[in-house]
Amino acid sequence: MASFDIIAIGGSAGSIPIVSELLEALPGTFQYAVIIVLHRLKNVYSEMNRVLATPHKGTYIREPDDKDLIQPNSVYLAPQNYHLLIEADRSFSLDYSELVNYSRPSIDVTFESVAGVYGSRALAVLLSGANDDGAAGMEAILASGGQGIVQDPATAAYSAMPRAAAERNPKALVLPPDGIIKFLSTNT
Amino acid sequence: MMNLTQITNGEIDEIISVIRHNYGYDFGDYARASFHRRVVRCMDQAGIQSFFDLRYALTNDQTFFSWFLQNLTVNVTEMFRDPVFYKSLRTTVIPILASYPTIKIWHAGCATGEEVFSMAILLHEAGLLERTRLYGTDLNPANLERARQGIVPMQHMKDYTANYLQSGGQSDFSTYYTARYDHAIFHKELRRNIVFSQHNLVTDQVFNEFQLVCCRNVLIYFNRRLQNQVCRLLTDSLAPLGYLAIGMKESLMFTDVRQQFDVVDAVCRIYRRKT
Repeated sequence: MASFDIIAIGGSAGSIPIVSELLEALPGTFQYAVIIVLHRLKNVYSEMNRVLATPHKGTYIREPDDKDLIQPNSVYLAPQNYHLLIEADRSFSLDYSELVNYSRPSIDVTFESVAGVYGSRALAVLLSGANDDGAAGMEAILASGGQGIVQDPATAAYSAMPRAAAERNPKALVLPPDGIIKFLSTNT
Repeated sequence: MMNLTQITNGEIDEIISVIRHNYGYDFGDYARASFHRRVVRCMDQAGIQSFFDLRYALTNDQTFFSWFLQNLTVNVTEMFRDPVFYKSLRTTVIPILASYPTIKIWHAGCATGEEVFSMAILLHEAGLLERTRLYGTDLNPANLERARQGIVPMQHMKDYTANYLQSGGQSDFSTYYTARYDHAIFHKELRRNIVFSQHNLVTDQVFNEFQLVCCRNVLIYFNRRLQNQVCRLLTDSLAPLGYLAIGMKESLMFTDVRQQFDVVDAVCRIYRRKT
């Protein structure tokens, strides 16, 4: 029995190598869904889902369409220029509203939405970045009984984002990348 | 941001019912996750602390409701959002539209009109604007007021210019507008054949027959049932062999009308009515 139904990963500047490492470390099959929210450019052609894919494991990363049902054993990447929300029936809902923390997709928006739907079945992971997106979302995840991990700011290429989240959320675990991988392999 | 749990799902139901009863707008089948966020955001902006205060204000204060409606619906839009979509229109749809003596295009849920202006530019560059009539409709009267003025904040023009060029635009984008202080005003000649009017996709009906209907990033705010209903309305508004464009992450997959369309561009989500 897995401890989580969903792992939501948020990252900004400097986070992509860590996201790749985390995906590499995923087991061959898993019972939860992984949702990745990255700050990305809009209105430019992007192959981010291919950049992150780990072909030797057949991990296929999808940018969900609106209303797609969230499936276990799947990795999803928030599409460019939309906020990514979750509905109570565990389907995706896209939203093209104002930027939050100068970002769309915003990590706060997705984390808060995940918290409301998944409660204690949610794990949030916040990585390197240069603003404070994700800190409020992490608070919502923890307040709803979920767990939170923040990348140790000392190991982050850009420490502002994990530092803001760690300061706001003393209950979140602060771990270096290999510690996050170890946590995932023993707790999911 | 505020914690979304400060207002419950049941309270959201009651807000929807108050609005329906007093003002006739029906948000019952809006996608709940984003609608919930919008309500909390409005409360936050208005400094309203509790569900009870919100219900009181909505029931007793018409001016507040007008403000609430304007901020409840998402009014964000961009010119040439998804340049690859406009590029596809230029190469696959516009040449076919050129064969019609008169062309009618509907932008359903046009917000403040930026996509309509983008389309007018494409048509102008194809030499078709003179014989096209563009209809931009929205639920929100304040949006339409802005759209009719043809004004776009200057701060976005750098992005829009880049989008325009990526969409295959060959001209100097700045020839289409006049910059005034912090705003750009699109030239009257571009806007002469545009009609902006109020239309509610939830409650209003077919009002014309079009060769192209664009309804991009509007369906995302509806639940599956309402998406299906609105897609039927859009389909019924199309002439045989007319085109339908939806947002690049929207889908006809869960709708009854999907069998009635051929896929023209699977990535850009452009469809063509079969008959």
